Amino acid sequence: MNSSAAARFTPHRLSPGPGGPAAARLLAGWYATGRPAGLTDHLRRYGPPPTGDRGSLPLVDAVAAAGLTGRGGAGFPTARKLGAVAARRGRCTVVVNAMESEPPSRKDQFLIAVAPHLVLDGAVLAATAVGADTVHVCLPRDRAAQYRRLSAAVEERRRCRPDPVRLRLHALPHTYVSSEATSLVRWLDGGPARPRGGPPRAHERGVGRRPTLVHNAETLAHLALIARYGPAWFRQAGTPDEPGTLLVTVSGAVRAPAVLEVALGTPLATVLDQAGGATQPLRAVLLGGFAGTWLPARHLRTPLTRHDLAPLGAAPGAGVLVAVSEALCGLTETARILAYLAAHSARQCGPCRLGLPAVAEDFTALATGRADAALLSRLRRRAGLLPDRGACRHPDGAARLAASALQAFADDVDHHLAHGPCPAARQPPQLPVPPATAPETWR
Amino acid sequence: MSRTRTLRVDRIACTGQGLCAELLPELIDLDEWGYPVLKDTTVPDRLRAHARRAVAACPVLALHTDDDRT
Repeated sequence: MNSSAAARFTPHRLSPGPGGPAAARLLAGWYATGRPAGLTDHLRRYGPPPTGDRGSLPLVDAVAAAGLTGRGGAGFPTARKLGAVAARRGRCTVVVNAMESEPPSRKDQFLIAVAPHLVLDGAVLAATAVGADTVHVCLPRDRAAQYRRLSAAVEERRRCRPDPVRLRLHALPHTYVSSEATSLVRWLDGGPARPRGGPPRAHERGVGRRPTLVHNAETLAHLALIARYGPAWFRQAGTPDEPGTLLVTVSGAVRAPAVLEVALGTPLATVLDQAGGATQPLRAVLLGGFAGTWLPARHLRTPLTRHDLAPLGAAPGAGVLVAVSEALCGLTETARILAYLAAHSARQCGPCRLGLPAVAEDFTALATGRADAALLSRLRRRAGLLPDRGACRHPDGAARLAASALQAFADDVDHHLAHGPCPAARQPPQLPVPPATAPETWR
Repeated sequence: MSRTRTLRVDRIACTGQGLCAELLPELIDLDEWGYPVLKDTTVPDRLRAHARRAVAACPVLALHTDDDRT
């Protein structure tokens, strides 16, 4: 994550104000007090995490009944991961993925800042449930203050309420693909933070060849609450098929950019309203992240669920929502994002190492009005060959973004092909995009 | 229970030598940089021997067939 982009966007504001919305669970303490929760605050609000099963539902079953899915982007059922690791023989390991590689996302950083013990509780509970003795917390190296604060939280637990498992913090290079589960495993084993691909998968053979459970930080915080209050409580928010709440980082053309907690199924327009509403008439939103989808503004009444977004080719992803105004060249913005994604390829797989820069260059040519007659068909063919041809899903995400831009900004495409760049393409870009330079280190 | 054989490319190991597409053109194309595009991952019975030959011919051992029990 590049620091200038971080500085331009600060979600650490008290919004929508103390008291907060009814949906708040993970952020309830923050809305009530307006300050980060220490261990005492945390225990007073949520009580101690349950120990053992004592006749109640085992954690894996409770999480399955709750219907919790991963909040890192892929949305995989959390209980299936837990079950797969628990079923393996031998000691397991738990990895907390707090890498938050999506540049427009701040939700994991925010959650760890205001409710660190909820995340740590979830990690410890998951570790106990699958029989792990160690929890590795992976944080981006360029967020030094976050590392310090979380170290203090771990130290506080060690002093006041020792956990049954070892908690270890790690600072990894912050690149787009270093957050991939197998990147974390490789790095923790002394290698580069680049995707390993598979098989074997991390849950079969991960850190130190042990079965390894990798969960996003927010997912574990939800798990900590399910362990306390049960699946029926969890299902009080959200939709029957996609229960619960999720954290959304809202930025762009809204009055109060913020990290918000909303129930699944909340219409996108309502989420934008909770961030103060649009500052100008909106043209589109970028949903999910840089590996996400451009949605034209006419779709803003769509509920935020995988089910409702799937027909539009979109998904909640990492909970990123960037609003852009009408005075925007969608092609220019997309070309900048694609150039960044291409630069952040791990350069391990040919189709990504060669295909991603080619797609980014085609898009730049389109955005700057240098398109030749064959460009559009070449671009579609090249983008179409990215999915499912890498060790990780990085090229798939870039292809999804490129395809959605051609669709959402079809009139820009026509204009650029017929008359050269649109007037908005000559304006300064709207989206904060980190520089398209290759990561300095993978280790 | 029938056993189907599926093709898989280790994308990190693959260096785009292109032998697989020559030996198994029914299932494998090459992109403009010479990297394999799997047209279909399921190996039909009549192509089993060809698939085996393509797997064996890959100089970096990047092509695999997996047994999927369905």
